[in-house]
Amino acid sequence: MTKNKTFLGVPVARPKVGFFELSSCEGCQLQLLNNEATLLDFLSLVEIVRFREGMKEASDEYEIAFVEGSVTRADEEERLKNIREKARIVVALGSCACFGGVNQLKNRFHDLEWVKKEVYGSFPIETQEVKPLSAVIKVDLEIYGCPIKKEEVERIVTALVLGEEIHHPQYPVCMECKARENICLFDLGEPCLGPVTRAGCDAWCPSNRLGCWGCRGPAPEANLTRLQIIMAERGISQERMIDRLECFGGFAGFVADIRVKKEEAK
Amino acid sequence: MKISCDIDIKHLTRVEGHGNIRIVIEDGQVREARWEVVETPRFFEAILVGKHFENAPYLCGRICGICSIGHTLASIRAVENGFGITPTVQTGRLRLLLKHMETLQSHILHIYFLAAPDYLGVGSVLPLTQSHPAVVQQALRLKLLANDICDEVGGRRLHPTRTVVGGFTMLPDRYRLGQFRQRLQASLADLDASVELFRTFSIPDFQRETEFVSLKGNGDYPFIGGDLISTDGVVKKEQEYAAMTNEYMAEWSTSKLSRLSRKSLAVGALARINNNFAGLLPEAKVIAEELGLVPVTARDAGHGRPSVVRARDGERATGLIPWEPGMAGAVNHNPFMNVVAQLVECVQVVLESIQLIDDLLAVPWQELRQTVAVREGIGVAAVEVPRGILYHCLHLDAAGRIVKADCVIPTSQNHANIRHDIEDLAVFCVNQGKTDKEIELLAEMLVRAYDPCISCSVH
Repeated sequence: MTKNKTFLGVPVARPKVGFFELSSCEGCQLQLLNNEATLLDFLSLVEIVRFREGMKEASDEYEIAFVEGSVTRADEEERLKNIREKARIVVALGSCACFGGVNQLKNRFHDLEWVKKEVYGSFPIETQEVKPLSAVIKVDLEIYGCPIKKEEVERIVTALVLGEEIHHPQYPVCMECKARENICLFDLGEPCLGPVTRAGCDAWCPSNRLGCWGCRGPAPEANLTRLQIIMAERGISQERMIDRLECFGGFAGFVADIRVKKEEAK
Repeated sequence: MKISCDIDIKHLTRVEGHGNIRIVIEDGQVREARWEVVETPRFFEAILVGKHFENAPYLCGRICGICSIGHTLASIRAVENGFGITPTVQTGRLRLLLKHMETLQSHILHIYFLAAPDYLGVGSVLPLTQSHPAVVQQALRLKLLANDICDEVGGRRLHPTRTVVGGFTMLPDRYRLGQFRQRLQASLADLDASVELFRTFSIPDFQRETEFVSLKGNGDYPFIGGDLISTDGVVKKEQEYAAMTNEYMAEWSTSKLSRLSRKSLAVGALARINNNFAGLLPEAKVIAEELGLVPVTARDAGHGRPSVVRARDGERATGLIPWEPGMAGAVNHNPFMNVVAQLVECVQVVLESIQLIDDLLAVPWQELRQTVAVREGIGVAAVEVPRGILYHCLHLDAAGRIVKADCVIPTSQNHANIRHDIEDLAVFCVNQGKTDKEIELLAEMLVRAYDPCISCSVH
C-alpha cells in the first residue's frame, strides 16, 4: 500500500491504526472484513499497521488502537497497559471491551474455583473476574454492540480521522424500531429490551423479530423501573428479563439492584 | 552445512486467536518443535449452567466470530434433540442453506485473506489489492454473496438473529431468494477463477499419516447430524460423540485436546473429503481431481450423478461403486491440502445452495416456527462447521434449564495433530535442507492450513 494518499491532489492525513484483541470471539474485527463493498475505501482512510488476524507485519507505532475483548488474565492487563502507553486514542471495540460482554456472565457465580472446575476439572488454569477495558485503563471512545455494526464503525472512524465530535444516540432502540414500522415484539409475546437499550444499531434484532438483548448497554434516558412494569404487564417472568439484562454486562448495576431487592423480599 | 535455527513465533499472525510456534534445530538435529495454545478461556460451559434453553443458541453463537452460525445451529440442534423435536423440511432446508453460506464465507476468508498471501509471497491481502486486484475483487464478491445470503436467511451474518429453537423468527423474501440463486449461478465463474489461481500455488509435499474424523455420509456429503466416522474405521452414533473426542488436557495448551485410535486426529474440510469423497457432486469431484486431491479408490469408483439432493430427499444415489473410507490410497495425508479441500467444498456448497433455493421456491412457505414442548433430557448435536466437526451436548431439566453443557470444538480436536505435524515438519525440513526462513514460513503455513479458530477452541 502507498503510504501517502492524495485526493484531487491534496494530501490526505491517514492515521496509523492498530487492532488488538483480548478475550473475545474476534468477531468485531471480522465485522470490518465483512464489509466487502466498502472495505477497500475504508482501508484507504487509515493506515493499518497492526492487525494480527489479517496481516503478518506488525508495528508498535500507532495513533489509534482498537481493542476488542475483555480482560480475564493478568497478561491481558499488561498488554492493555502497554497499548495505552503507545496509543494516542484507545477505542473499546464491541460489548466485551465496553462492558465485559457475554464473558462476564461467569462473574455471576461469584465463585471462580467452581467455574474453573466445571470446565477444566482439576487441571490448573488461570483466570480472573472479567473486567471491561475501562476497569484497567482510560478508554477514550466506546463502540457498542455484539457484534459491532460496521456502518457505525465506519462513521465513527471517519469522524475520528476528520477530527469531528462523535455523538452516540441518547434515545433507545425502541425509537429506531418504531421508525422502521416493525411489529412491536411485546405484541408477539416476546421480551425485548428495546425500550431501555442505547440506539445506534437501527433496531437490528427487533427488525428480525428477535427481542433486544441489550448488547449496547443502557440509553442515558432509560427508564428501567418502567421496563419492569411493562415486562410484568406482559406476563414475562423476571428470570427471562434478567437473562437479557445480565447478558452483556451493560446493565450490571441495575441487575445487582434487582437481585438485592429479591433477596430482601425473601 | 548442517542446519541450525531458532524460531520463536509468539502469537502467530493470520489465524483466529493466539498460538505460538517454537522450533529449535542445532547442527541438523531437531531439539524442539512445538505448537502451543495460549488463548484465554472464557468458560462458556460454566456460563450456560442454570440458563434457560433459549439462551443456549444466543450465547453459544458468541463462542466464535467466524462460525457463529455453526455454533448457533449446533446449540439449536442439541436442544431440539433433547426435547425430541424434529425440524420441518422447510426449516431443515433453510438451516442448511444458512450453514452452506457460512462455509462459503469462512472458506473464502481463509483461502484468500489468510492462506493465499503465503503462496503469493506477501504478508497480507493488502499488497494484493495493488498487485492482484482482480483476485481480491473475486474474493470480495464471493464473500459478499455468502454474507448477503446469511443476512437474508439468518437475519445477520455474524451472531444470527432469526435462528431459534423450533425454527425461524422470520422467513426470507422469496423474490430476493430468486435473485440470490442468480448470483450463486454467476459465482461459479469466480470459483473457476479461484481454481485457476490455485493451479499457480505450489502446495508443499508433506505427509504425516493420521486419523480423520467427520460426519458419515450415506452417498451424500453431510453437514448437519447423523453418524460419526473415522478413516481408521471407527463408526459411532451422534450421541456417542464423547467416545469420538476423548478430551484431555496437556500443559502446552489452554484448549482441551482430542484423540481416538492414534496419538492425534484431524477434522475439517480434508477430513470430510477423505471420509465422504463419494458424496461430492460431480463438479466438485472434477475440481478435486484437477487440484490433485483425489483418493485413488474413489476415482476408480467413477462419477455418479448429482446425488446429494436426491439423497437428502430419501433417495439413494445410484451408479456409485461402494467406497469405504480407509481403503488403500483413499486418504490424503497432506495437511496443506486442507486449503484445496476448502475450495472443493466451496463448489459443493454453492451447487447445493442453488438446489436448496429451487426446493424452497417450489413450494409455498409453511409454518416458520414449531411449538416447543420442554422435557427433561440430554441433547447432542454434531454439525460440520467450516473447520471440522463440532459437538454440543446439553443436559436439560424438566423446566428447560441447562444443568450441564459440553462443547467440543473442531480446532481443539486439531491442536494435537498440529503439534505432531510441526514435529514431523521440522525433521522434513532438515532432510530437505531448508533455510531457517523457509522453515519458519512452512511452519506458519502448516498451522494456517488448518484454518485454526483458537479462541473458539478454548472458549
